[in-house]
Amino acid sequence: MSADPSVPPAALSGEVRMPEKLADVEPVRSVRTPIRLEYDFVPGEASAGYLNAFADRKILGQRSPVDGAVLVPPRGVDPRHGAATPEYVELPDTGHVGGFCVTRLPIPGRDDLEIPYVSAWIHLDGADIGFLGLVAGIATSEVRMGMRVRAVWKPDEQLGRTAENILYWAPTGEPDIPVTAAGTNAWHAKQAAKEQG
Amino acid sequence: MRDIAVVSVAQHQQKALTDTTEVELMVPLINRARGAVGLTQDDIGFTCSGSSDFLAGQAFSFVHTLDAVGAVPPISESHVEMDGAWALYEAWVKLQIGGVDIALVYSYGKSSPGSLRDVLSTQLDPYYLGPLWPDAFSLAALQARLMLESGTVSEQRLAEIAVRSLNGAADNPLAVRSSAGATIDSVLAEAPIADPLRPSDCAASADGGAAVVLAAGDRARELCERPAWIKGIDHRIDPHQPGVRDLTRAPSARKAAAQAGAGDDRLDAAELAAPFSTQEHILEVELGLGPHTPVNASGGALAGHTMMAAGLMRIADAAQQIHDGRADRVLSHAASGLYLQQNLVCVMEGE
Repeated sequence: MSADPSVPPAALSGEVRMPEKLADVEPVRSVRTPIRLEYDFVPGEASAGYLNAFADRKILGQRSPVDGAVLVPPRGVDPRHGAATPEYVELPDTGHVGGFCVTRLPIPGRDDLEIPYVSAWIHLDGADIGFLGLVAGIATSEVRMGMRVRAVWKPDEQLGRTAENILYWAPTGEPDIPVTAAGTNAWHAKQAAKEQG
Repeated sequence: MRDIAVVSVAQHQQKALTDTTEVELMVPLINRARGAVGLTQDDIGFTCSGSSDFLAGQAFSFVHTLDAVGAVPPISESHVEMDGAWALYEAWVKLQIGGVDIALVYSYGKSSPGSLRDVLSTQLDPYYLGPLWPDAFSLAALQARLMLESGTVSEQRLAEIAVRSLNGAADNPLAVRSSAGATIDSVLAEAPIADPLRPSDCAASADGGAAVVLAAGDRARELCERPAWIKGIDHRIDPHQPGVRDLTRAPSARKAAAQAGAGDDRLDAAELAAPFSTQEHILEVELGLGPHTPVNASGGALAGHTMMAAGLMRIADAAQQIHDGRADRVLSHAASGLYLQQNLVCVMEGE
């Protein structure tokens, strides 16, 4: 089928036999039926707590009641166990790159984003899962797993209850975390250490 | 056929969940339904849910809600874009096939973030009816007018159904609309909102969810003192295009009830999920419910209608009556689509 709606699909562009009384009427070859529905976004208790703190330059996570894993951003539940996570944990705005992706295609609506850009799972110090963000202030070819980073925030007067408060994550220059203990490996290393007592 | 029963239920319903996500709603409900019979997700062989992304306004929103279940290590799971009663049907089939003895079913709906009466227009055909954006109340009013003009029902009878719901809901904490003092006169005095439908003829929209645990054979007896055994369950569909239907009837409801064995014996209770008093009347006729069967005794769907969960809630309500020993044989009904297009009937019995 053609992507251009003014070009009729091949199956319909052949001869259409119309009843006699409709002989002079222009045949309908397509209709457009736009759909628009509006919704109010309900962030929920955990995300509301998170966003309120985030507007204040604080990053909140929640602790799993099952094994103590710290999840960020909080969703009110440990999805591995379906267990409610009422306990909040304040996390620092420092961590390391757990995994990253260099993207060379623009995002529609984000003309401000210079190509190529690096999106990464930032593993905050004290958190056990990654936190999605951009990495900048360094050549894309220099970004690596285990690289220590710190958040670069928007100016105070521009902060709000939005995920856009952190502009990007910049390298701190500290020594890297070894790859075997970076990203999701950190959690596995922690569990292994626990088992060994 | 294996003997399969509802062994545990949990429900929540309120007018609008303005501070809670679907996940935050379902975590306590799922844990309550499992916990009441001493189960964890490790004991569940199959999990099935029902919901609609059109309510959340977000594609694949149901995948988020799996967070409430605990899906690690990976679980056997399925989802239907239908009322949870159809998820229960799928779980029942899965248990019939064997290899699995316990299933978790849940469904939820949060219509308050959007405009439900408009969202429902998206279920119409996209060529003829959909582009007109007729809202749900106006469409129901066309049916009501047809019923009144043809003598299928009287305004008095519709008001009786509304009063039954309003009065019955007075002691129901899950109802979002009730009135112990409502009378036929007070309902008839209401100004129509979609002529001839009055506010009390239209189900009170609600947000909420339900979780149900099914178990087979001896497992059900171990988990529950008085399991609600599913003796018959069936669902049938009428044509989608309203122009080819007699809108004063719902033949698919009649057929589903017959297949589920509804008429084989007396019924102590009937729980019907009709979103309008007119449709509750049609169902009573099609299901052959006699004057001795209490219908929607605690207000039913009119007193609080959670889109996508209203049917599963009727099954939960009916099963609860067996669990408590208040009833021995119950019928529950779920509907989907315009003008009761799809109907599911589930007949349960205690031992």
